[in-house]
Amino acid sequence: MLIQNRRTVLKAGAAMAVALGCPAIVRAQADKIKIGHLTPLTGFLGALGEYAQLGIRMAEAEINAAGGVMGRPLEIASEDSVNPATAATKAQRMLEQDGATVLMGEINSASALTIMQVVARNKRLYMQIGARSDALRGKNCNRYTFHVDIPSTVMVNSVGKALVRDNMMKDKRFFTLTADYLFGQDLLRAAKAFFDANGGKLIGDELVGTDVTDFSPYLLKIRQAKPDIVCSNLAGNQVTNLIKQYAEFGLPFPIVGFNLNTADAWAAGEGNLSGTWPTVWYHTLEVPASQAFVAAFIKKHGKPPENHAWIEYVSLKMMAQAMNETKSTDTEKLIAYFEKETQFDILKGRKGYFRSWDHQLIQEAYPFTVREKGKAKDKWDFLALGAAVPGANEPLEVINPPKDQNACTMA
Amino acid sequence: MFLLEQVVNGLVLGGYYLLIALGLSLIFSVGGIVNLAHGAFYALGAYASVEITKYLGFGPAVVLSPVAVGMLGIVFERFILRRFYTADPILSLLVTFGLAMVTEQLIRIAWGAAPLSASMPPSLKGAIFVGDFLFSRYRLMLLAVVAVVLLGVWLLLHKTSFGRVVRAGIQRPDMVAALGIRLQPYMTAVVVLGVGMAAMGGAFFAPITIVHPAMGAEIITVAFVVVVIGGLGSFWGVVLAALLVGVVRGITIHFAPAAGEASIYVLMFLVLLLRPRGLLGERIEKFE
Repeated sequence: MLIQNRRTVLKAGAAMAVALGCPAIVRAQADKIKIGHLTPLTGFLGALGEYAQLGIRMAEAEINAAGGVMGRPLEIASEDSVNPATAATKAQRMLEQDGATVLMGEINSASALTIMQVVARNKRLYMQIGARSDALRGKNCNRYTFHVDIPSTVMVNSVGKALVRDNMMKDKRFFTLTADYLFGQDLLRAAKAFFDANGGKLIGDELVGTDVTDFSPYLLKIRQAKPDIVCSNLAGNQVTNLIKQYAEFGLPFPIVGFNLNTADAWAAGEGNLSGTWPTVWYHTLEVPASQAFVAAFIKKHGKPPENHAWIEYVSLKMMAQAMNETKSTDTEKLIAYFEKETQFDILKGRKGYFRSWDHQLIQEAYPFTVREKGKAKDKWDFLALGAAVPGANEPLEVINPPKDQNACTMA
Repeated sequence: MFLLEQVVNGLVLGGYYLLIALGLSLIFSVGGIVNLAHGAFYALGAYASVEITKYLGFGPAVVLSPVAVGMLGIVFERFILRRFYTADPILSLLVTFGLAMVTEQLIRIAWGAAPLSASMPPSLKGAIFVGDFLFSRYRLMLLAVVAVVLLGVWLLLHKTSFGRVVRAGIQRPDMVAALGIRLQPYMTAVVVLGVGMAAMGGAFFAPITIVHPAMGAEIITVAFVVVVIGGLGSFWGVVLAALLVGVVRGITIHFAPAAGEASIYVLMFLVLLLRPRGLLGERIEKFE
């Protein structure tokens, strides 16, 4: 009896505590606009995720210093997405329990796909920032997700156009190494389409598991195949490994690639990297707004921003702009705002906009090559950024897959 | 012919696995401890060599980095491992696993998650042809280093009084104790040797792979597979297994590239099925 009483008292006490605590929680939620942010911080994309966090945190600080969104401060709750399954679990929890109004982030295409499924089920907005697989904005697209980074096809097109210009495409024999997951296979598909359309020949392709660190057996196979050009469809720090070991073995064939993030290029070091690669942004881009961002970032972190820092920074700025303009965090209102192809300043020469029918941010991309030895100002400067594609006289959309090549239909 | 090239390349790669696996095997044989933190010492070796290279160059770095990490090994053995030799194996598993995670995070705090760039001296870059075989100059040098280290360790274990005590300690620690020999200083030396070799592996592999916080976790699995296939307590078993793993991986990549990394686990599975003690594993009383 006594025990029962004590339990009752405890229960009552707990209930009171909950009752007392609740208004405080509710009030806190009303004050802040919470945004759930997921990005890989470990594994082969972890280094990129670290830059992603620095970028979005910097935008958060700037927005809040300028008075927040609709007078309310933004709060970014950022977590390691780990793997596709964990990413989905965390996304669901952020929406359901943590009070996140929208979700943002990701670099890994497979994790982005599972988060997209979660937001579709919950009918909430997700700004998919850094994953590049075509399938995400193609056959797997949904109306709750907007994609910021350039898709595989755009990367292939921006490097491919440079190769065509340099006479390195027609009748050339290509050997590709492809990361064995959603993104790599997607890149290979886009590359094959480009080769077919422009007279390149694919003579060999090897699938490479994402845990491979030693490429020597693959390099021997490349040597035996004697291609004209070697082409990397790898992702994350695997590109770095390949580049370093390619330089180690000193194979004579030129190497190019359809995906390389600047953090991975920096890690390869000067003297190892060669060839032509695509990028979505680079810190030497000669646009005043971009230079101002780079200067502020260097001042804060002592190193220049990588492309994932830039993209997260402009993404949160776009999201804040959308909330301010619509005076709302409502999913439908935000979707409508993005879908009317509002122009956003993304610190590039030309403004970008989300294409209404596949929710892809349409923007400039750049090929880059490697500076001559001794021309780099510092260890981050050895890449030479090429001219933006498409050229100023062409519409931005031309490097993106047109409607008849994109399977996206929003349900 | 092409296949033969893969076999030879696999042997070279096996030599590198050997540097890490041999230390792991030694520490297990003598102390009965499965050192899950072994990969952490490999990573520390790589980071230390990158730092030392900045000031003194590549040559001194690959010598000094294993020495420095070996010193850490003394602390590791004296203050951590020593408490767990006679304890329930699960405790040493937990403590070394924890240490591996702590080290990885410390590296992340100290150097950041972004990989460091490490370059090899230009004189070692490029390939040389032996007949029709293509060899990376750097890896040939690495193979020579591994051969020297291997010979040194074998001589140490089999031709010195130090080695006799260690080998006796593996088989009959109680008997060694009855003869009035304290095994503890020998254990410290074995751990220093083991983690020093791991650090050396890290230092030599930094220029051809990437130096990043999780590199230790990447290598530890392969090292384990090698030790398990080779058989515990067997010097030549580990050597044989390391070469076998390198060759099997190379051949698999030649025929079915996507299965490359899985092949070594299939190999381990088969070996365990047919010879649970490993290829050349000895009967060790204290583990039976």
